Amino acid sequence: MKSGRPHAPLTPWVFLAPYLAGFTLFFAWPLVRSLVLATEQTYGPKVTVYVGLLNFRSILGDPMFWTAVGNTALFTACSLLVQVPVALGLALLLNRPDIRGRRFFRLAFFSPSIVGLAFVAIIFGLLLEKRTGLVNTSLHTLLPAWDPDFPWRENYVMISLVGSTLWLSAGFYMVYFLAALQNVPRELLDAASIDGAGSWQRFRHVTLPEIRPVLNIIVLLVITGSFQLFELPYVLYNDTYGSGPENRALTVVTYLYRTGFHSGDLGYASAIGWVLTLFLVGFALVHRHLTRREET
Amino acid sequence: MLRRLANVLLYGLLIFFAVLTLVPFAYMVCGALKSKYDFAASLFLPAGGGWLGVGWDRLTLANFARLFTELGLPRALHNSILLASVSSILTVLCCAMGGYALAKHRFRGRDTVMGVVLSALIIPGPLLLAPSFQLLYNLDLLDTYTGLILPGLAPAFGVFLFRQAMLNSVPDELLEAARMDGAGEIRIFFELVLPLVRPMLGAFLMISFMGTWNNFISPQIILQSPELHPLSVALNNLKGLYGTDYGVIMAGTIVSIAPVMCLFLLLQKEFISGLTSGAVKG
Repeated sequence: MKSGRPHAPLTPWVFLAPYLAGFTLFFAWPLVRSLVLATEQTYGPKVTVYVGLLNFRSILGDPMFWTAVGNTALFTACSLLVQVPVALGLALLLNRPDIRGRRFFRLAFFSPSIVGLAFVAIIFGLLLEKRTGLVNTSLHTLLPAWDPDFPWRENYVMISLVGSTLWLSAGFYMVYFLAALQNVPRELLDAASIDGAGSWQRFRHVTLPEIRPVLNIIVLLVITGSFQLFELPYVLYNDTYGSGPENRALTVVTYLYRTGFHSGDLGYASAIGWVLTLFLVGFALVHRHLTRREET
Repeated sequence: MLRRLANVLLYGLLIFFAVLTLVPFAYMVCGALKSKYDFAASLFLPAGGGWLGVGWDRLTLANFARLFTELGLPRALHNSILLASVSSILTVLCCAMGGYALAKHRFRGRDTVMGVVLSALIIPGPLLLAPSFQLLYNLDLLDTYTGLILPGLAPAFGVFLFRQAMLNSVPDELLEAARMDGAGEIRIFFELVLPLVRPMLGAFLMISFMGTWNNFISPQIILQSPELHPLSVALNNLKGLYGTDYGVIMAGTIVSIAPVMCLFLLLQKEFISGLTSGAVKG
């Protein structure tokens, strides 16, 4: 560095300035405020009353909140059980060197991931519509006994939600699995074949351990993403503001949204936000504990 | 023989799943092009005397015409394009700058900033909804695009992705050489660093464009005036008002999805490799 102009010590801070400014004003400050808000009861953004820990006590005894937690937990469990195997299965089908049209299939499976959840809700609302929807009309054509007036959205809330998110995200996670599968060393698989391992044994003892890190990340992504479900039930059941029949579509974030922005209690909404955060941090800690143990 | 059978099974499964994935799109396109009468009479395309037994002459653009004249969708389309392009370009710039500083500069406090970036990833977005609303109210930014764009400008994962990209593909020697030649830091960043991470620029531009385009909750909370609404919110309102006018809703869905789909087809290679770059190596 003989130019006499070494790294100006300010340079990195200039580059970081936009991020740090945005972070401080629109992340750190609201985060601090959410702690304060959680101890308040509010009527809109202006009128606030300090209530201490009352919000958290109310949450514990709030049947609507626990209904929402139950629905969300059920949705998360179903998503995990459906999305991960389907995504991995699609990736395994595509992960052969001699597949023709691989680019087309990959593109086709991935394409729903481009569609936003609010739009997915509208598409599936139309597909599942009584009488006119594609699902009922084609079922009626195949099985004349099928009643074309069958109200899917009312009777099969969880199937509607899990099915539409499966359509949306199976291809998305497939791309990750595919990338991981392509990093599995060929020599390992060949060696296993020579030792007489069948395809299931090769998968179980060679492929699965190799893609384990990616599998673990995806499991965590599915859990945290599903637990924050909002747009899909909110738009799919927009006639009831996201509750669905008998509140069976109500999720934690929908409930947070409604207490904050329909009833105007930003304080209670913040308290729900903190309970949600606790759930998510809990999941992440359990996940890390389990994956750690697995590695050693 | 057994091999042939396995192949048939493999392609059969692939085609089955591909059809299952693409049918909802086809159903939207066909439904949007049908009149009310034909909608009830046929599943996909209306039957008729034309090629392949389809009544091609019965297809109509009336649903699109209604959307664009009486239902005011051009406004929402314009809003979505404006919002998504402005915020994705600014977001990419902010994240690339932040990532560059963290990857290629050594300075006191770097590890602290990095720790802050990583810990921000843990906080779920919904927690910040209520306090951000209150903040925007106090700043008098509710019902403005500034209030919608500013809070999303510097997502932590964007800074993180760009930091990884710069660590991998910007060699230190090149930067040193440019500095020796007397190039200014700003010039180095725009003319040397950014071109080297072009794939990540494409991928992240797509990610943030899509994020804004598909965002529903923030515009729903922040924007009250219907003339400011982007497509996601406008379409949900349209569904509430004209829910049984299926052709119109389907046409609206096509208009809402097609622009992002085109952008994706254009940038798909960068997009997919950008998505998977962080996950697989780690």
